Amino acid sequence: MDIPSLQRAPLLLVAPLLLIVLALSSNLHADSTAFIGATIYPVSGPVIEDGVMVVRDGKIESIGARSDVVIPSGATQVESSGKTIIPGLICTHSHIGMGGGGDGSDPIQPECWTLDSVNVRSASVERARAGGLTLVNQMPGSGHLISGRTTYLKLRRGGKVDDLLIHDASGWPMGGLKMANGTNSQRAAPFPGTRAKSAALVRGAYIKAQEYRAKIEKAAGDPEKMPERDLKMEALVEALEGKRIVHHHTHRHDDILTVLRLRDEFGFQVVLHHVSDAWKVAKEIAEAKAPCSIIVIDSPGGKLEARDIQMENGMILEQAGVNVSFHTDDWITDSRLFLRSAALGVRAGMTREGALRALTLSGAEMLGLADRTGSLDPGKDADFAIISGDPFSVYTKVLETYVEGIQVFDLSNPEHRLFAVGGRGAGEDQTYQCCGERGGQ
Amino acid sequence: MKFQFLLIIALAAAGFSADLAGQQSLAIRGETIHTMARQADGQWMEPIENGVVLIIDGKVTAVGVASAVEIPDGIRVIDAAVVTPGLIDSRSVVGLAGWLNYDHDQDQLERSSPMQPELDARDAYNVREPLIAWVRSLGITTLHTGHAPGQLISGQTFIVKTRGDNVDQAVLKSKAMVVCTLGSSGFGSGGKSPGTRAKQMAMIRQEFIKARSYMDKIEAAQADEEKDPPARDLRNEVLAEILRGERPLMITAHGSVDIQNALRLQKELQIKVVLEGASECYDYFDELKEQQIPVIIHPTMMRASGKGQNSSMETVAKMVAAGIPVAMGSGYESYVPKTRVVLWEAAIACAYGCPFNDALGLITASAAELLGISDRVGSLEVGKDGDVALYDGDPFEYTSHCVGTVIDGVVVSDQPR
Repeated sequence: MDIPSLQRAPLLLVAPLLLIVLALSSNLHADSTAFIGATIYPVSGPVIEDGVMVVRDGKIESIGARSDVVIPSGATQVESSGKTIIPGLICTHSHIGMGGGGDGSDPIQPECWTLDSVNVRSASVERARAGGLTLVNQMPGSGHLISGRTTYLKLRRGGKVDDLLIHDASGWPMGGLKMANGTNSQRAAPFPGTRAKSAALVRGAYIKAQEYRAKIEKAAGDPEKMPERDLKMEALVEALEGKRIVHHHTHRHDDILTVLRLRDEFGFQVVLHHVSDAWKVAKEIAEAKAPCSIIVIDSPGGKLEARDIQMENGMILEQAGVNVSFHTDDWITDSRLFLRSAALGVRAGMTREGALRALTLSGAEMLGLADRTGSLDPGKDADFAIISGDPFSVYTKVLETYVEGIQVFDLSNPEHRLFAVGGRGAGEDQTYQCCGERGGQ
Repeated sequence: MKFQFLLIIALAAAGFSADLAGQQSLAIRGETIHTMARQADGQWMEPIENGVVLIIDGKVTAVGVASAVEIPDGIRVIDAAVVTPGLIDSRSVVGLAGWLNYDHDQDQLERSSPMQPELDARDAYNVREPLIAWVRSLGITTLHTGHAPGQLISGQTFIVKTRGDNVDQAVLKSKAMVVCTLGSSGFGSGGKSPGTRAKQMAMIRQEFIKARSYMDKIEAAQADEEKDPPARDLRNEVLAEILRGERPLMITAHGSVDIQNALRLQKELQIKVVLEGASECYDYFDELKEQQIPVIIHPTMMRASGKGQNSSMETVAKMVAAGIPVAMGSGYESYVPKTRVVLWEAAIACAYGCPFNDALGLITASAAELLGISDRVGSLEVGKDGDVALYDGDPFEYTSHCVGTVIDGVVVSDQPR
């Protein structure tokens, strides 16, 4: 657009033009888009061959076989034959953007929040979009018993973390609480040196939180009687009340059972993460109805407590009736190849349906977001990926990724492609261009 | 009496070897056999449909369509959907870097000095390391393994089969390459030299000057009985082998500057160089060709950060198209996965544009050629070792399984993985 000439144009001429442009752009948002002819895996139901999915205002409006879906007149029609549409992948445990939590001063730092440290312009965030991911649980590390609050990020395009946040009904950014046991969080004092000490420190923190909560309840809204605000306690009280799901790093069979014991003592909601020894205690995990977010690693080991990890974990947990999701733990595994984790789960005996659910809907459930994402159902956010073929084939590529109906990755776009396959410059943080200004927003 | 005793020993030995031969014979029937043999023009032979690989006494004695290969009576027969040569990992640290990742099983890197070419990988190889069994269960029969990158010259490598109860039974080639690391990952720890790239290059040049002078003194002593040879020096002995072209210097370099330095070293020293890692080698194909430097490329799924931040999953496809000799290694991993699996790394290269045969070649025939062991392994041809991997489908597919691994005609793994 030739801006200088527009500026010179008489105002009377420009104003109607602007109105038309505005009307068009708002129409574009309101208009629906129909993806036609693809094989669609809604995950909440059976596979649809030659399907149609209509997206409007960032939501899925309708989905079904071509013969069953009425394509709204005026809808943009996107020919998608030969392609496959799956829900956007959900990573329940990611370190993209390298958001960290607590420092070395204390093993228990629930006041820290990855929201304050994640870099959403990181190339790793671009790579996640290139892998078909639409939602991640951005986690602090496992070097603390409680390393901080996690942040749920929708991978919308944006240059600041606020652009990617998900807010609850009260407007508060959503996330969980990261906890860990086993050897990662054991080191010199004030950190614990043994497993029993680890559990004792966690008990002490939650008992304090119970007392803090009791004071608040006793105050019954009287500001005079309220305890001093304490950020540590506030996060733990949210966990005690089930408002903040605990995402618990754990590997060895006895550590897994310790997490469940602490959960039962204090009543927080927990998702077990990594769970290398899951196959040894699958029955106990199933009886406890504890969901598991698992990782697939190309070889066993790396440390003693993860020595016995098995690729069969997904199958064994699935057969035991446990809700299973996969995670990348990016940079441990690469978000661009997240489908591969589930495919290797299938290789080791998991069902295809279970494996795809473990990349999508199960993850949404573990983040408390299944009401809005994780499967392709009318009314849910239009978070999906268009892929070139079978979700579990090595030869399948992620072609496009959409978050809330907006395309955030397109393999045919050379700038996006660089992050998908790598090459010179692929490691650089992204600049977001807007309005002709580099990095502006 | 003495004679009788010797005879008994000789008979016992003969009996033993005949027994072993019985165990080392096998017929493998495959719906598809990728022999990875080359035609006269260097192109890959077409795979054999419904074929047989016959192994007698540990060696391949026949390969062909089922109708053309007679299977001797009484020989064990195994069936598989897809058959390939046993796989080769061209750059591993397995056996030295153990799975537990604790001090007691980490023998891949000695940090006391930046320059230790005298370290022999055989002295640190744990033949009972569980990661050996792990990669073997996925079809890998040969490892080029040894000291890790991380010091300027960190030690030697050697080549093993993934079998044996002791290192002597495992070894295929005891002297392979010498490991050199350029770039920041080869800087000294705790402020020790080298701390810069220029210092790295200066130190290497100086070390090879010393080795050259050591060689000169030996030659002078050989030519003149009056002169004493120099005192034996293990370090110089190994560097002299490099200077004489008897073994290559394997230089791990990823970034642009480091790859240029590797190219310059090869020119200056006129030695055999193998470039390893080589994330950014895509900018130096002309130089690699001109200087005849083969590349052991990084695993395709190497982390796209740090030294690999500019790595590309399409590099292998571009190298193959450009005609650069290339093989694939699992590299060195400091955490998890403690080793990568080259079968899966080559699969990703194939998915990102490398033709199937060339991708399989990265971990079979091309690898054997690069490592100088193609007279023994890398393809299924008469006279070569009976090393075979069996699959229930396309070996590169995520959901296929390796259903068997055979080394020297012995089934060493038969659990589907």
